[in-house]
Amino acid sequence: MTLSSSALRRNLPQCGALIAVLLANWLLFPDFFSIRVQDGRLFGSLIDVMNRGAPVALLAIGMTMVIATRGVDLSVGAVMAISGAIAATMTQAGWSLPLVLLAALGAGLLCGLWNGVLVAVLRIQPIIATLILMVAGRGIAQLITEGQIVTFVSPGLAAIGSGAVLTVPTPVVLTAATLAVTALLVRATALGLMIESVGVNRLSSAYAGVNTPVILIAVYVWCGLCAAVAGLIVTADIRGADANNAGLWLELDAILAVVVGGTSLLGGRFGLLMSIVGAAIIQAMNTGILLSGFKPEFNLIVKAAVLMVVLLAQSPALSLLLPRPRSPANARPIAAKVTGKAPGKAHKEGSAP
Amino acid sequence: MTNPHAPPLLAIRGLSKAFLGVQALDGVDFTLRHGEIHALLGENGAGKSTLIKTLTGVYQRDGGTIALNGAEIAPRSVEDAQRLNIGTVYQEVNLLPNLSVAENLFLGRQPMRFGLVDRAAMRRRARAILDGYGLSIDVAAPLQRFSVATQQIVAIARAVDMSAKVLILDEPTASLDAQEVAVLFDVMRGLKARGIGIVFVTHFLDQVYAVCDRITVLRNGRLVGERRTAELPRLDLVAMMLGRELEAAAHRLAQPTQFDDSAPPLLRFQGVGKARSVAPFDLDIRPGEVVGLAGLLGSGRTETARLAFGVDRADSGTITVDGAPVALRGPREAIRLGFGYCPEDRKKEGIVGELSVRENIILALQARQGWLNPIPRRRQEEIADRFIRLLDIRTPDAERPIQLLSGGNQQKALLARWLATEPRFLILDEPTRGIDVGAHAEIIRLIERLCADGMALLVVSSELEEIVAYSRRVVVLRDRHHVAALSGEDVCVERIVAAIASESSPPVAEARP
Repeated sequence: MTLSSSALRRNLPQCGALIAVLLANWLLFPDFFSIRVQDGRLFGSLIDVMNRGAPVALLAIGMTMVIATRGVDLSVGAVMAISGAIAATMTQAGWSLPLVLLAALGAGLLCGLWNGVLVAVLRIQPIIATLILMVAGRGIAQLITEGQIVTFVSPGLAAIGSGAVLTVPTPVVLTAATLAVTALLVRATALGLMIESVGVNRLSSAYAGVNTPVILIAVYVWCGLCAAVAGLIVTADIRGADANNAGLWLELDAILAVVVGGTSLLGGRFGLLMSIVGAAIIQAMNTGILLSGFKPEFNLIVKAAVLMVVLLAQSPALSLLLPRPRSPANARPIAAKVTGKAPGKAHKEGSAP
Repeated sequence: MTNPHAPPLLAIRGLSKAFLGVQALDGVDFTLRHGEIHALLGENGAGKSTLIKTLTGVYQRDGGTIALNGAEIAPRSVEDAQRLNIGTVYQEVNLLPNLSVAENLFLGRQPMRFGLVDRAAMRRRARAILDGYGLSIDVAAPLQRFSVATQQIVAIARAVDMSAKVLILDEPTASLDAQEVAVLFDVMRGLKARGIGIVFVTHFLDQVYAVCDRITVLRNGRLVGERRTAELPRLDLVAMMLGRELEAAAHRLAQPTQFDDSAPPLLRFQGVGKARSVAPFDLDIRPGEVVGLAGLLGSGRTETARLAFGVDRADSGTITVDGAPVALRGPREAIRLGFGYCPEDRKKEGIVGELSVRENIILALQARQGWLNPIPRRRQEEIADRFIRLLDIRTPDAERPIQLLSGGNQQKALLARWLATEPRFLILDEPTRGIDVGAHAEIIRLIERLCADGMALLVVSSELEEIVAYSRRVVVLRDRHHVAALSGEDVCVERIVAAIASESSPPVAEARP
């Protein structure tokens, strides 16, 4: 993933927003950037942001590719609950750690497969297809935990949530590793091109020989896997599975992170790294508001206001007022963007049969 | 109905409508008399739909007058037009499939009793209405349970029952089989006897001659003429629609070089067809041969192309490639066999708009290689640059999103996409549509060059001169049938037009008296 100057310019609003939020945190809380090592693990507010933001960042990685295919996955929060419930229940029952992890990840994979088949083969609209599992998934998780909060004692599993690898908290390491593997998978192969192509125009892609059902199923499976990892982290962190609350509403944060990161809900071009930036903005704000001592009631309002600013800065309508060329060859990027987004309508109006 | 001095049922005079500078209708006249079935004909872009939508209040006219029974009207919406007694039935039935037949008939005007819908009365009246159309069906059953033909009759019954005096049928027969068409025609004749004026839009000439009293032809937004059906020979009608004086027809620009007819065909279609799409046909295509597909819009040209690429699956016949039978299950199968397909609708089915010219060009090649075997970036750039040079694609660089290119250059990039896969058989559907004159000539030259290189081509085009110029053989389609195969000296515009206009035997539309 090379960042050309044009890519940098395009990503300026998000990166700027992240820096601004971090600086605001620093103003409110001068110790914000200080990091210390204690008991072989890094501590500090910045580390907290990364650590707490890991689940949403993981969801955002999978969600980015689903959204790039012009889809959306509402079920990731519920999938987190399922994977957490499986991990906690199996650990309590005495299963070994590798089997527990395998089962939890396998559940995420199956959930993704279910979503993928609904979308790709049965051609159900993604928002509806994944809504099914969003609702049912939490029920499944509750069935697994039998309505209880299942707690466990397992230093191995707990380490996934609160341990550290070379002083870096495990959730951060897991997120970075997932990002690296995903980036390698889509950019070192032709998968990225095909995902973008299917997202922009599924029909054209199919006629060009792209195996659109397989691509679609693959992104939903990957999204399910990422959600399962996030579910493991949350469960390991609290050493218990709360089927009612684990991952609750996180699908919305993940979608927000992707959109703030600049991937369009209309599908097409996607940026994994920028989705992580989006997740970081969201988490940095959460942390900042907590640290500032504002009433928690302000939290949602402030969050909405900041996100509004970031999204406005990306809006094609607004950038008409602040022209900034996206690439030297592209003489009229704005007009192109606008016509490109609504070709259907203009086409319909103009063509008299 | 009989008084010649009474104003006509509907009189449209000098109707004009423009969209974003494109003149879709330019001073068009149209007259509909009481108790008449009037065909409104024209090729793509003729202005039929615009005329109908202006008449039914979907669009507001720029100029001209519309008079109903001598009184000028200005419908502002479809509901408004309905109140003025102008009813419309579209090809895609615009009723609610999950409601019952009776509810559909009375939607928005249900018989009421004590403030509640009187279901019993509604059903009774629905049954009575449909009896009048010879339709005895369970009116309490959901509409979607019935065939498209039945749904269409329900739509007509609803429009007529809402006191329509003018009934517009916009391609009602496009998805019906011959027997259903006959039933529909009976209904139309019945309505005609009641003095209702029917505007009938269709692509099927046989149907025009079977049921219509008069014909109005539009072309490029202008009125070509109004004729009595009985006084207009088919040949003249086709000439009116296609807009060419037959004596001025072009001759073959380039005679293909001597060709080995005994060579084994690369591709052989035997009895390949698909119900409601295109009737079974036989077709052989040899390496280096260009076969043109000619016919009016909706004649089955595009459907044939789609069958040949596996986009639609044939439900009869066998396809043989190099003497071995193949099952064309989809585009991927076709591409594996060395086929390529440039579809008619470039925007919806061809380009991947937001992606770059380079990505669009390598897409098919990459898809064939599989995702695990990516084409290195440098190789992609080489391929893209080579074709940009070779086909003279006008773009500042290969990284420009393809949607920013002009139509002609998009088309060339799509050709490049297939040429990069080194296909043996290329299907081009309207390769020159919407393309400026210069690019037009280049694409035709390209087609000639490709077949000289031994590639087999199947080209669909509504430009007859163009087809004549590059085709060694021309297959003519009419009403979803392959009706003629012209080769040698017969490949000329006159012969093609004659074949399009020829009468089918037996006429499809008159399967039932």
